[in-house]
Amino acid sequence: MVAAAPAIELAGLTRRYGERVALQDVTLTLPAGATLVVFGPNGAGKSTLLRVLATLLRPHAGTARVLGHALPEEGWAVRGRIGLLGHAPLLYRDLSGRENLAFHARLHGVGLERATALIEQVGLSARADDKVHTYSRGMVQRLAVCRAVLHDPEVLLLDEPRANLDPAAAGLVEPLIGAASGRTRIVTSHDPAGGLAEADLALGLRAGRADLVAAAGELDAARIGALYR
Amino acid sequence: MRRTVAAVLRKELRLELRAPQAVPAMALFSVTTLVVFHFALQRGQVDGDLAAGVLWVTLLFAAMLGTSRLFVADHEEGGLDGFLLAPVDRTALLVAKALALLGFLAAVEVVAVPAFALLLLGPTPDPGAVAALVLVLLLADAGVAIIGTLVSALAVQTRARDLIVPLLALPLLIPVVIAAARATTPLFLAGGSEAVPARWLAILGLYDLVFGLLAYAVFDYLVED
Repeated sequence: MVAAAPAIELAGLTRRYGERVALQDVTLTLPAGATLVVFGPNGAGKSTLLRVLATLLRPHAGTARVLGHALPEEGWAVRGRIGLLGHAPLLYRDLSGRENLAFHARLHGVGLERATALIEQVGLSARADDKVHTYSRGMVQRLAVCRAVLHDPEVLLLDEPRANLDPAAAGLVEPLIGAASGRTRIVTSHDPAGGLAEADLALGLRAGRADLVAAAGELDAARIGALYR
Repeated sequence: MRRTVAAVLRKELRLELRAPQAVPAMALFSVTTLVVFHFALQRGQVDGDLAAGVLWVTLLFAAMLGTSRLFVADHEEGGLDGFLLAPVDRTALLVAKALALLGFLAAVEVVAVPAFALLLLGPTPDPGAVAALVLVLLLADAGVAIIGTLVSALAVQTRARDLIVPLLALPLLIPVVIAAARATTPLFLAGGSEAVPARWLAILGLYDLVFGLLAYAVFDYLVED
């Protein structure tokens, strides 16, 4: 485990959708620069956890602190320091890849040359001026990775980030969102072995509850696999 | 905030130019409605308060089409989340969306008002009356844009947004329609005054101001969880 000040601190975090509890009493601490991998079957609350940390959803009970700031009260202080790569790419289909990144660059006060460099890095230069609705799913995912890291965030929230990516494309985005990026990462995964390999800390969710919270070194794939049974 | 407003407004206009939806639908609806009025009223020409009523009812219902679609792309393609993740003043989204809707309304009126004059209006307005009409249109459009943006932001979170937008917006816009119709009635009279009643202009301006401040106060809560 990386010894550093906590980047994420959750204590009794609970979130509901109406009567349905999506997250209940989740408590953990993640040091800066470390990677938390979140496992759990569909509907376990993984995406909800990421959206709470991204300041898009309010906690209904408990506390959540990101980079030392309490959510939602101090959400303004962490927006711009977080990058979210969710199931939705957050891109406009009728704009080109370059136009989409330029839009987000303006919102984040980032120079357009950064967008151009990222497009080149993920191998989309030849299609950068095509509308996003003409892209394959893998290309959209690559562009979404560019959007998520455009402003060089300290914390990355990654919801199955390698979905739709072939091995070559996964290799292209690895320096941006992988462990080598040096960022604090919260990654959801359905791959026990692959997920544990990149995790410092693992969280297993089942029906919104934290079924396990442990250092990755103390776990094996079979223990993670049990979450899905 | 100006930088953010410019970025969002540029994106809105680019999306409408790239894949026109709101403006063509609103313009087509306006012209079709005026044609229907032309036949339904069973008279070739209207003037005065009837002319003002026909014009404003047509423009108001056309505006509902654009209002319903104002946040659809942001909601369906996740652009709203992308905006909310950025370290920017969220009021910029209100301002940019309202300006975009104002632009769409103005573009529609470039088609609808001449069509109204051609199909229904009896007296031919002189240049002074046309200038006064533009002033009333601007003030009324500002009210429609502010209230429309507010209601659209609220309705887009629901499944029944196409129903909710007119149900919420139309009652809120009744004062705008009354003031706009009263202000334009003298302009549509044969030999009528070129002067728009100042009282109705003041009411329009005040209504715009009140709802502008209200929208500024509550918009953050509408777009947040």
